[in-house]
Amino acid sequence: MKYVLMFCDTPERYGEVDEVTAKAVHEEVWAWFGEHDAAGRIADMGAHLQPVTTATTVRSGDGAPVVVDGPFSEAKEVVGGFTVIDVPDLDAALAMARTWPPLRLPGVSVEVRPVVDHGGDM
Amino acid sequence: MSRPATADAALAAAIRAEAGTIVASLHRLVGDFDVAEEAVQDAVVEALRHWRTAGIPDNPGAWLQVAARRNALDRLRRRERHEKALARLRERPPEQVPDDGPDERLPLLFGCCHPALAVEARIALTLRAVVGLTTAQIARAFLVSEATMAQRIVRAKRKIVAARIPLDLPPPDRRAERLDDVLTVTYLMFNEAYVSTAGASGDDRDLGDDALWLAGLVATALPDEPEALGLLALLTLQHARQPARFDASGALVLLEHQDRSRWDRSAIAGADRLLERAAAYHRPGRFQLQAAIAACHASAATWAETDWLQILVLYDMLLGHDPSPVTRLNRGVALGKVFGAAGALEYVDRLADDLDGYHLFHATRAALLRELGRTAEAGTADARALSLTRNPAEQLLLRARLSG
Repeated sequence: MKYVLMFCDTPERYGEVDEVTAKAVHEEVWAWFGEHDAAGRIADMGAHLQPVTTATTVRSGDGAPVVVDGPFSEAKEVVGGFTVIDVPDLDAALAMARTWPPLRLPGVSVEVRPVVDHGGDM
Repeated sequence: MSRPATADAALAAAIRAEAGTIVASLHRLVGDFDVAEEAVQDAVVEALRHWRTAGIPDNPGAWLQVAARRNALDRLRRRERHEKALARLRERPPEQVPDDGPDERLPLLFGCCHPALAVEARIALTLRAVVGLTTAQIARAFLVSEATMAQRIVRAKRKIVAARIPLDLPPPDRRAERLDDVLTVTYLMFNEAYVSTAGASGDDRDLGDDALWLAGLVATALPDEPEALGLLALLTLQHARQPARFDASGALVLLEHQDRSRWDRSAIAGADRLLERAAAYHRPGRFQLQAAIAACHASAATWAETDWLQILVLYDMLLGHDPSPVTRLNRGVALGKVFGAAGALEYVDRLADDLDGYHLFHATRAALLRELGRTAEAGTADARALSLTRNPAEQLLLRARLSG
């Protein structure tokens, strides 16, 4: 069963984290990917996204789509990256999400979403 | 139970004794939780209709199982891609569930109380899949329309299937926290009944009985979990006071004014034994502590003889496990009995931001204000409490206070 883990954080709280901690967490993230990849739980590494300040949105408008200079929502919490995992059930997915190293920083969350199974390979 | 076994209560007991087990075994057989759960739900609805006129059959479990399997077959036939499940259902005869095997309802219960589901959905789904209530009965208990309740249940089941929420016992490292979720759902179920069923509500179902039964199921299946014993003790104690909780007009009678001779003494003794068993594990928790507080009240011969100091100490311990504003409000009552109403009022007033929308906050303040001779303010607080409760028994009590 495939799930997407969406890694979210809160840019306005970046200032609360000192450099040493940020660096340590960064290294733990690599270790986290290494461990779960070796165990065969990562279906697709996904992507680490540039800051939300670099986002541009195309949204439905009157007649034609409109280009908007910014993220798709005004939420304080933004998606910073995602990865696709393949595990037996939601409990296994939650167990993985729970060990995401940045969760010890303020304003961080992981959204776990099941992937639609279209019957073929994704 | 102290309640007279009415025909409806007998029906309810016969159904809930079987429903959850049949959901679990049918789910195992057909591999589709939605089909299994819907099939049993239809069987329960049929049973309620038939058994009311024809009487409860000699073997209600077999009756329900046959009906549920027939319904499952119908449902599977209407869908495609279910050949294997159909074949298994046709091949295997209905099973005799062994009495001494592990209780299959427990994994189902843990699944229905999964933290990935909204709390209201956990309660509704547990009542349907594990206890065997119909959607209509659940909707009545929670004062929402049947359509709203049906939608809540459908959404929860859809999530269980789509997100693959395991209907299984939790992994060992999550066991304690997940058990707490199960116990909380059971407790909320009981509370809903405790405030909403005013004596003879005329309904065909007593949710309090169902919650007590569920607490018993968990405590029996997990005999080494002190909090499961604690919850069973707590609900048993509260249920034991049921006969004294309403007066002839249906108004709520507060603990202070209850006729203690109407409490179920043998149930109270049973709860005390449960608490002793739980205490032997030396793993206190919020349900054991709440039960200990209830036991203190139950052992007092009169309201005046209540051991308030002991109760205050128990509340202080409880705050270590459950620092919620409602717990602090209840501690405020004990505080008033030990150290006087003035200090208690000061303590309770600090909860105003959190509890302004909670009727018992205002009712508690009213009692303290009255004790301090501030009658006018007490009246205002009671009026505010009255405006915040939709429960008829509480409304009757508050109106009597306001006019008295």
